[in-house]
Amino acid sequence: MTQPSPQDRSAVKDESMLRQKQMLASHFSRLAAAPESGDKVVYTFVPGNLTELLLSFGVVPNLPEINALQSGMRKLSGDFIAAAEREGHSEDVCTYVKCDVGMLRQGNVGPTGALLPPPGLLLLSYTGCFTFMKWFELLQQEYSCPVAMLHVPYQPEGVITPEMREYVVRQLKEVVIPALERLTGRAYDEDALCQRLALSAAAEDDLVAVLGSARHRPSPIDAYFGGVYYLGPIFSAFRGTDEGLAYYRCLREEVEARAARGEGPVTPEGTMGEERYRLVVEGPPNWTHFREFWKMFHDEGAVVVASTYSKVGGLYDTGFRHDPSRPLESLADYCLGCYTNLGLPSRVALIERYLRDFSADGFLINSVKSCNSFSAGQLLMLRELERRTGLAGGFIESDLVDPRYFSAANIKNRLESYFQMLDQKRRHARPAALEACA
Amino acid sequence: MTAPTLESLVARAETLFRDLDLAAVRRWKDAAPGRKAIGHMPIYVPRELVHAAGMLPVGLMGGGDQIEIIRGDAYFQSYICQIPRSTIEMGLAGRLDALDGMLFPAICDVIRNLSGMWRMLFPDRLALYVDLPQAGCPELAVDFYERELLRLAGELSSLSGVPVTDEALAASIALYDANAAAVRDLDLFRAATPWKSPIHETYLVLRAANLMEVGEHTRFVRDYLAAAAASDRPELDQSRVVVTGAFCEQPPLELLRTLERAGCYIVADDFVLGPRFIRGPVATGDPPFRALARAYVERGVSTASRYEPSRKKGDWLVETVRERAAEGVVFCAASFCDPALLEQPMLVAALERAGIPHTAFKYSENLGQFQVIREQAGTFSDSIRLWGAELPPQEAVP
Repeated sequence: MTQPSPQDRSAVKDESMLRQKQMLASHFSRLAAAPESGDKVVYTFVPGNLTELLLSFGVVPNLPEINALQSGMRKLSGDFIAAAEREGHSEDVCTYVKCDVGMLRQGNVGPTGALLPPPGLLLLSYTGCFTFMKWFELLQQEYSCPVAMLHVPYQPEGVITPEMREYVVRQLKEVVIPALERLTGRAYDEDALCQRLALSAAAEDDLVAVLGSARHRPSPIDAYFGGVYYLGPIFSAFRGTDEGLAYYRCLREEVEARAARGEGPVTPEGTMGEERYRLVVEGPPNWTHFREFWKMFHDEGAVVVASTYSKVGGLYDTGFRHDPSRPLESLADYCLGCYTNLGLPSRVALIERYLRDFSADGFLINSVKSCNSFSAGQLLMLRELERRTGLAGGFIESDLVDPRYFSAANIKNRLESYFQMLDQKRRHARPAALEACA
Repeated sequence: MTAPTLESLVARAETLFRDLDLAAVRRWKDAAPGRKAIGHMPIYVPRELVHAAGMLPVGLMGGGDQIEIIRGDAYFQSYICQIPRSTIEMGLAGRLDALDGMLFPAICDVIRNLSGMWRMLFPDRLALYVDLPQAGCPELAVDFYERELLRLAGELSSLSGVPVTDEALAASIALYDANAAAVRDLDLFRAATPWKSPIHETYLVLRAANLMEVGEHTRFVRDYLAAAAASDRPELDQSRVVVTGAFCEQPPLELLRTLERAGCYIVADDFVLGPRFIRGPVATGDPPFRALARAYVERGVSTASRYEPSRKKGDWLVETVRERAAEGVVFCAASFCDPALLEQPMLVAALERAGIPHTAFKYSENLGQFQVIREQAGTFSDSIRLWGAELPPQEAVP
């Protein structure tokens, strides 16, 4: 690991971080070069993405949510959102969408500074979020390209029925694959798809091991802020690739070594010191003040040991793996199983399980204005989880990429109060526990 | 028998509109032992199925401006629309106790998540999510939705003890088709002679569908049409507008009156869309479950929560303006309504291509101040009458 100089503590870089940076840079370079190289570009979404299928056709995926969050982290999203609102987009709606529209209006220059190419196909994977549908309807107004809609049924009871699976598979066969065949002029190659699914499954094993490492005390990872980086490759264009597999092998080795050494997670402020609070977090992070937000946790010794946001692009820790022996069926199960496609009772049950499995001290909900898919119902989730577990829940509000909705002082204040509450609970719990022992 | 008067019909509709405790549903249930009622959220659910299972479908459209939200606000953040909080409020206050179950259609993330909340808050009552198809291929969508209908029929039958047979469903479809025909006549009557049926009256007559048995509502609409046609209300010099965006959370009744007072005859709208959702009869010779599924996929109205691969965005709105000889469009969406507000820029673009004037405002169901909207709608109405379609489109007003 490269150690930071006293002047620049942000220089802490594991090999996996450098590897990921290189991978993403090369991906955006390939996207930028697509008009010259002739690569076909498909825009699609993270939840329910069909990366292995797209790669088996040789097309390059572009994910607008990733571009939007990158714009947020680079402090560009505020201007993009303002541009979209000036054009008549409501202040009430998802800021990912407005960020994307605004970026398009200002030249569609991507996060690395390179021009993003127009899509040859909009692959509308409609998983767990109605806004996705409207988003691609808006993009359809901008580009003269076809749209392939993949409707993924919702799991109100947390069960994938054979009928749901069959419906998704039929859409893959009758809508999505023909659209990719038309785009590329290539025939569907199931062997190529299966090879990629095998790579995915192996990388998913390593990812699950990384996420599971947070059961250690101290946790060697932060499963929310750090988790965002760990999930970058598998949520974007690298599931089913050799680079993706190598990345997750490398990451797993680093994390296991940290656990063996008894070290906490690597953070932008350096390796975490004493682990004072173990938390489970529900909801996406804020991107515009990501580092500042993380630092509020770091400064208090709070480590996130499990998060639901890290499951929006696939829920692997409950056992799902892409499966080359049933390629389209496993793609269907993947799409159906993404976190926000689960009914609220299933979401509560999952968080409850995380709280117990990861020996958490409490849970925190970051409720983002932009995302009703996550946010509607979170206040009931808070009550229900407190009732079931007796653990303290905290509630903060921010947004994905709209800097106007990140109030640092307010959030810090709430976090400090929350940590004080955890301390108090501990102080009161100790005598009771001692009494029980006696 | 003497025909009911216009006043008595409107008074009855308004009583039902204000019946947030569902007294009418309790009376219906008390009239025969073992009767059950199923509530449903907007925009559309297959009410025929509920009826065929021997139960009363009851449309819920929030608490409007009639209730104070106390507990409901504790369940939703400030940036979420009003209808789920007033629905939760009514549920927790026991006002919906007459309902034996609830249906939540797949129209947006909020109503979808509300289905899970309902299961957690009222675990002893049936709460079903109705997954509506969004597939790019119509035949696939029909297959999916037919299976979904069969699943729902099984759940509803388990509750009521009445199996939804093909014969029972066909009979229910026939009743709802007759109702849809009456409602369609009401729409056309209003478009042709808006001065004879003020919007708040038409609206109340439509809303009565939420609490009446279907056959009774059909007669009610027919009675209203006859009474309104016989009225001698004078025609006023008003502009003709289409109102769109109010398909889920409903505007306060006073807002509708305000629009009309401001000089707008509303000749097409998407309030209370459920009874008007399917264009033409459902029964077409297919087996009934298939017919119901096909009707939704192929002849469901265009609205923001549906994906329609074959239509260009906003074509339906431009067509509606032309069919109804309207002079402008009023975008009237609930605050924080994702489908309506995300859709709006696309509809605006379609109107601008067609040179159709438009204006926009937002509301919440418990809005109490209408002066700004009155001024805005009045200015819009005056401008389209003075300058017609040559006027540049209005700016959206926050």
